[in-house]
Amino acid sequence: MVNPNVEGKKYPATDPYLVGREKVREFARAVMSTNPVNTDVFAAQAAGYSDVVAPPTFAVVIQERSLATVLADPEADIDFSRVVHGDQRFVHTRPIVAGDELTSELQVASVKSLGAHSMITFETQIFDATKQLVCTAISTLVVRGDE
Amino acid sequence: MTHINLASLEVGQEVGSREFHLTRDSLVKYAGASGDFNPIHYRDDFAAAVGLPGVLAHGMLTMGVAVQVAADWVGDAGKVVDYGVRFTKPVVVDPSEGAVVTVTGKIGEINADAGEVRVDLTVIFNETAVLGKAQARVRL
Repeated sequence: MVNPNVEGKKYPATDPYLVGREKVREFARAVMSTNPVNTDVFAAQAAGYSDVVAPPTFAVVIQERSLATVLADPEADIDFSRVVHGDQRFVHTRPIVAGDELTSELQVASVKSLGAHSMITFETQIFDATKQLVCTAISTLVVRGDE
Repeated sequence: MTHINLASLEVGQEVGSREFHLTRDSLVKYAGASGDFNPIHYRDDFAAAVGLPGVLAHGMLTMGVAVQVAADWVGDAGKVVDYGVRFTKPVVVDPSEGAVVTVTGKIGEINADAGEVRVDLTVIFNETAVLGKAQARVRL
Protein backbone atom coordinates (compact mmCIF):
# COMPACT_ATOMS: atom_id res chain seq x y z
CA MET A 1 0.00 0.00 0.00
CA VAL A 2 1.14 3.51 -0.78
CA ASN A 3 1.52 5.62 2.35
CA PRO A 4 -1.55 7.92 2.35
CA ASN A 5 0.37 10.49 4.41
CA VAL A 6 2.39 11.56 1.36
CA GLU A 7 -0.72 13.23 -0.07
CA GLY A 8 0.21 16.89 -0.50
CA LYS A 9 3.94 16.19 -0.19
CA LYS A 10 6.15 18.35 -2.41
CA TYR A 11 9.44 17.09 -3.79
CA PRO A 12 12.44 19.33 -4.47
CA ALA A 13 13.02 20.69 -7.97
CA THR A 14 15.06 18.50 -10.29
CA ASP A 15 18.36 19.60 -11.82
CA PRO A 16 17.91 21.47 -15.11
CA TYR A 17 17.34 19.33 -18.22
CA LEU A 18 18.65 20.82 -21.46
CA VAL A 19 16.36 19.91 -24.36
CA GLY A 20 18.62 18.91 -27.26
CA ARG A 21 17.62 19.26 -30.91
CA GLU A 22 18.61 15.69 -31.75
CA LYS A 23 16.74 14.38 -28.68
CA VAL A 24 13.58 16.11 -29.93
CA ARG A 25 14.11 14.58 -33.38
CA GLU A 26 14.74 11.13 -31.87
CA PHE A 27 11.57 11.37 -29.77
CA ALA A 28 9.58 12.64 -32.77
CA ARG A 29 10.70 9.65 -34.86
CA ALA A 30 9.86 7.26 -32.02
CA VAL A 31 6.25 8.54 -31.86
CA MET A 32 6.07 8.42 -35.68
CA SER A 33 5.61 12.15 -36.12
CA THR A 34 5.35 13.49 -39.66
CA ASN A 35 4.92 17.05 -38.39
CA PRO A 36 7.70 19.23 -39.87
CA VAL A 37 8.01 21.54 -36.82
CA ASN A 38 9.20 18.52 -34.78
CA THR A 39 12.26 17.85 -36.93
CA ASP A 40 12.90 20.70 -39.38
CA VAL A 41 14.46 23.85 -37.90
CA PHE A 42 13.37 26.00 -40.85
CA ALA A 43 9.77 24.79 -40.65
CA ALA A 44 9.79 25.46 -36.89
CA GLN A 45 11.20 28.95 -37.36
CA ALA A 46 8.71 29.69 -40.14
CA ALA A 47 5.97 28.79 -37.64
CA GLY A 48 7.43 31.27 -35.14
CA TYR A 49 9.50 28.99 -32.87
CA SER A 50 13.17 29.45 -32.03
CA ASP A 51 14.02 25.80 -32.77
CA VAL A 52 12.37 22.41 -33.33
CA VAL A 53 9.22 21.82 -31.26
CA ALA A 54 8.98 18.77 -29.01
CA PRO A 55 5.96 16.48 -29.64
CA PRO A 56 3.03 17.00 -27.20
CA THR A 57 4.03 14.04 -25.00
CA PHE A 58 7.76 14.86 -24.71
CA ALA A 59 7.17 16.40 -21.27
CA VAL A 60 6.99 12.82 -19.95
CA VAL A 61 10.80 12.77 -20.09
CA ILE A 62 10.92 15.65 -17.60
CA GLN A 63 8.06 14.26 -15.48
CA GLU A 64 9.96 10.97 -15.23
CA ARG A 65 12.89 12.70 -13.51
CA SER A 66 10.60 13.96 -10.75
CA LEU A 67 8.80 10.65 -10.53
CA ALA A 68 12.10 8.86 -9.97
CA THR A 69 12.62 10.86 -6.76
CA VAL A 70 9.19 9.78 -5.46
CA LEU A 71 9.74 6.13 -6.34
CA ALA A 72 13.04 6.28 -4.42
CA ASP A 73 11.37 7.89 -1.40
CA PRO A 74 10.99 5.27 1.38
CA GLU A 75 8.20 7.33 2.96
CA ALA A 76 6.00 6.96 -0.15
CA ASP A 77 6.62 3.18 -0.13
CA ILE A 78 5.76 2.55 -3.80
CA ASP A 79 6.63 -0.91 -5.15
CA PHE A 80 7.55 -0.08 -8.75
CA SER A 81 7.17 -3.71 -9.89
CA ARG A 82 3.45 -3.39 -9.09
CA VAL A 83 2.89 -0.07 -10.83
CA VAL A 84 0.55 0.37 -13.81
CA HIS A 85 0.08 3.71 -15.56
CA GLY A 86 -3.56 4.73 -15.08
CA ASP A 87 -3.85 8.05 -16.84
CA GLN A 88 -1.76 10.92 -18.10
CA ARG A 89 -2.34 14.52 -19.13
CA PHE A 90 -0.15 17.39 -20.30
CA VAL A 91 -1.37 20.98 -20.11
CA HIS A 92 0.99 23.32 -21.94
CA THR A 93 1.38 27.04 -21.41
CA ARG A 94 3.68 26.93 -24.42
CA PRO A 95 5.32 24.11 -26.36
CA ILE A 96 8.74 22.79 -25.33
CA VAL A 97 11.42 23.69 -27.90
CA ALA A 98 15.03 22.63 -28.35
CA GLY A 99 17.31 24.82 -26.24
CA ASP A 100 14.90 24.97 -23.28
CA GLU A 101 16.42 24.34 -19.89
CA LEU A 102 13.70 22.75 -17.81
CA THR A 103 13.28 21.95 -14.13
CA SER A 104 10.32 20.17 -12.59
CA GLU A 105 8.60 20.29 -9.23
CA LEU A 106 6.32 17.46 -8.23
CA GLN A 107 3.53 17.37 -5.69
CA VAL A 108 1.49 14.34 -4.69
CA ALA A 109 -2.04 15.52 -5.50
CA SER A 110 -3.87 12.55 -4.01
CA VAL A 111 -3.56 9.01 -2.69
CA LYS A 112 -6.66 6.85 -2.83
CA SER A 113 -7.26 3.20 -2.13
CA LEU A 114 -9.43 1.03 -4.30
CA GLY A 115 -9.80 -2.31 -2.54
CA ALA A 116 -6.29 -3.75 -2.28
CA HIS A 117 -4.97 -1.28 -4.86
CA SER A 118 -3.71 2.27 -4.41
CA MET A 119 -4.09 5.14 -6.84
CA ILE A 120 -1.60 7.94 -6.57
CA THR A 121 -1.87 11.13 -8.61
CA PHE A 122 1.09 13.42 -9.22
CA GLU A 123 1.13 16.95 -10.49
CA THR A 124 4.45 17.98 -11.98
CA GLN A 125 5.05 21.60 -12.92
CA ILE A 126 7.74 22.14 -15.52
CA PHE A 127 9.49 25.52 -15.61
CA ASP A 128 11.93 27.10 -18.04
CA ALA A 129 15.18 28.89 -17.14
CA THR A 130 13.25 32.15 -16.49
CA LYS A 131 10.96 30.27 -14.03
CA GLN A 132 7.96 30.56 -16.35
CA LEU A 133 5.55 27.62 -16.28
CA VAL A 134 5.81 25.64 -19.53
CA CYS A 135 3.72 22.56 -18.77
CA THR A 136 1.80 20.84 -16.00
CA ALA A 137 1.94 17.06 -16.25
CA ILE A 138 -0.69 15.11 -14.35
CA SER A 139 -0.16 11.40 -13.92
CA THR A 140 -1.99 8.67 -12.02
CA LEU A 141 -0.30 5.41 -11.16
CA VAL A 142 -2.17 2.36 -9.96
CA VAL A 143 -0.19 0.26 -7.49
CA ARG A 144 -1.54 -3.27 -7.30
CA GLY A 145 -1.93 -4.66 -3.80
CA ASP A 146 -1.64 -8.27 -2.65
CA GLU A 147 -4.16 -10.49 -4.41
CA MET B 1 -3.35 31.17 -37.41
CA THR B 2 -3.63 27.94 -39.32
CA HIS B 3 -5.18 26.89 -42.62
CA ILE B 4 -8.33 25.73 -40.80
CA ASN B 5 -11.41 27.93 -40.86
CA LEU B 6 -13.08 27.48 -37.48
CA ALA B 7 -16.51 28.52 -38.78
CA SER B 8 -16.51 25.63 -41.25
CA LEU B 9 -16.10 22.96 -38.55
CA GLU B 10 -18.82 20.78 -37.05
CA VAL B 11 -18.88 18.61 -33.94
CA GLY B 12 -18.59 14.96 -34.94
CA GLN B 13 -16.64 15.75 -38.10
CA GLU B 14 -13.70 13.41 -38.75
CA VAL B 15 -10.37 15.22 -38.96
CA GLY B 16 -8.11 12.31 -39.80
CA SER B 17 -7.25 8.66 -39.38
CA ARG B 18 -3.97 6.81 -39.38
CA GLU B 19 -2.70 3.26 -38.85
CA PHE B 20 0.44 2.78 -36.78
CA HIS B 21 2.35 -0.46 -37.10
CA LEU B 22 4.14 -0.97 -33.79
CA THR B 23 6.91 -3.56 -33.86
CA ARG B 24 9.45 -4.66 -31.25
CA ASP B 25 11.84 -2.24 -33.01
CA SER B 26 9.36 0.60 -32.37
CA LEU B 27 9.36 -0.28 -28.67
CA VAL B 28 13.15 -0.30 -28.44
CA LYS B 29 13.31 3.06 -30.24
CA TYR B 30 10.72 4.55 -27.89
CA ALA B 31 12.55 3.14 -24.86
CA GLY B 32 15.73 4.90 -25.97
CA ALA B 33 13.98 8.15 -26.89
CA SER B 34 11.97 8.37 -23.68
CA GLY B 35 14.34 6.73 -21.20
CA ASP B 36 11.67 4.22 -20.13
CA PHE B 37 13.61 0.96 -19.98
CA ASN B 38 11.06 -1.16 -18.13
CA PRO B 39 11.86 -4.68 -19.44
CA ILE B 40 8.15 -5.56 -19.89
CA HIS B 41 8.49 -3.53 -23.11
CA TYR B 42 11.24 -5.67 -24.69
CA ARG B 43 11.78 -8.96 -22.81
CA ASP B 44 9.38 -11.87 -23.29
CA ASP B 45 10.78 -13.80 -20.33
CA PHE B 46 10.32 -10.82 -18.03
CA ALA B 47 6.79 -10.11 -19.29
CA ALA B 48 5.83 -13.75 -18.73
CA ALA B 49 7.37 -13.79 -15.24
CA VAL B 50 5.14 -10.91 -14.13
CA GLY B 51 2.06 -12.56 -15.62
CA LEU B 52 1.58 -10.48 -18.75
CA PRO B 53 0.21 -11.98 -21.98
CA GLY B 54 3.35 -10.78 -23.81
CA VAL B 55 5.60 -7.80 -24.35
CA LEU B 56 3.52 -4.62 -24.14
CA ALA B 57 3.86 -1.31 -25.93
CA HIS B 58 4.61 1.59 -23.57
CA GLY B 59 1.29 3.27 -22.79
CA MET B 60 3.13 6.52 -23.45
CA LEU B 61 4.08 5.28 -26.94
CA THR B 62 0.43 4.60 -27.77
CA MET B 63 -0.46 8.01 -26.33
CA GLY B 64 2.36 9.63 -28.28
CA VAL B 65 1.42 8.16 -31.67
CA ALA B 66 -2.32 8.76 -31.21
CA VAL B 67 -1.93 12.54 -30.86
CA GLN B 68 -0.17 12.66 -34.25
CA VAL B 69 -3.59 12.58 -35.90
CA ALA B 70 -4.52 15.85 -34.16
CA ALA B 71 -1.07 17.38 -34.77
CA ASP B 72 -1.18 16.54 -38.47
CA TRP B 73 -4.64 18.00 -38.83
CA VAL B 74 -3.70 21.32 -37.23
CA GLY B 75 -0.37 21.23 -39.09
CA ASP B 76 1.71 22.44 -36.14
CA ALA B 77 2.35 20.07 -33.21
CA GLY B 78 2.98 23.10 -30.99
CA LYS B 79 -0.72 23.98 -31.19
CA VAL B 80 -1.74 20.95 -29.11
CA VAL B 81 -2.13 22.74 -25.76
CA ASP B 82 -3.82 20.09 -23.62
CA TYR B 83 -3.76 16.34 -24.12
CA GLY B 84 -4.94 13.61 -21.79
CA VAL B 85 -5.73 9.88 -21.95
CA ARG B 86 -6.71 7.00 -19.73
CA PHE B 87 -4.86 3.72 -20.26
CA THR B 88 -7.61 1.12 -20.42
CA LYS B 89 -6.17 -1.92 -22.24
CA PRO B 90 -2.62 -3.07 -23.02
CA VAL B 91 -1.26 -3.34 -26.57
CA VAL B 92 0.48 -6.72 -26.87
CA VAL B 93 3.23 -6.57 -29.49
CA ASP B 94 3.87 -9.88 -31.26
CA PRO B 95 7.61 -10.52 -31.89
CA SER B 96 7.13 -11.14 -35.63
CA GLU B 97 3.83 -9.50 -36.53
CA GLY B 98 3.94 -6.48 -34.24
CA ALA B 99 0.63 -4.73 -33.52
CA VAL B 100 -1.52 -2.42 -35.59
CA VAL B 101 -3.08 0.52 -33.77
CA THR B 102 -5.72 2.51 -35.65
CA VAL B 103 -6.38 6.09 -34.59
CA THR B 104 -9.32 8.21 -35.71
CA GLY B 105 -9.83 11.83 -34.70
CA LYS B 106 -13.18 13.58 -34.53
CA ILE B 107 -14.16 17.04 -33.40
CA GLY B 108 -15.60 16.78 -29.89
CA GLU B 109 -16.12 20.42 -29.06
CA ILE B 110 -15.64 23.84 -30.67
CA ASN B 111 -14.81 26.87 -28.56
CA ALA B 112 -14.96 29.74 -31.05
CA ASP B 113 -14.20 32.44 -28.45
CA ALA B 114 -10.95 30.80 -27.36
CA GLY B 115 -10.15 29.72 -30.93
CA GLU B 116 -9.83 26.16 -29.70
CA VAL B 117 -11.13 22.80 -30.79
CA ARG B 118 -11.19 19.53 -28.85
CA VAL B 119 -10.23 16.53 -30.95
CA ASP B 120 -11.46 13.20 -29.55
CA LEU B 121 -9.28 10.26 -30.51
CA THR B 122 -10.46 6.68 -30.88
CA VAL B 123 -7.52 4.30 -30.52
CA ILE B 124 -8.18 0.72 -31.52
CA PHE B 125 -6.04 -2.43 -31.23
CA ASN B 126 -7.49 -5.87 -31.89
CA GLU B 127 -10.98 -4.39 -32.31
CA THR B 128 -10.81 -2.95 -28.78
CA ALA B 129 -10.29 0.63 -27.58
CA VAL B 130 -6.98 0.79 -25.71
CA LEU B 131 -7.16 4.42 -24.62
CA GLY B 132 -10.13 6.01 -22.89
CA LYS B 133 -11.09 9.67 -22.94
CA ALA B 134 -8.23 10.49 -25.33
CA GLN B 135 -8.78 14.19 -25.91
CA ALA B 136 -6.48 16.79 -27.43
CA ARG B 137 -7.28 20.49 -27.23
CA VAL B 138 -5.78 22.37 -30.17
CA ARG B 139 -5.47 26.11 -30.66
CA LEU B 140 -6.24 27.23 -34.20
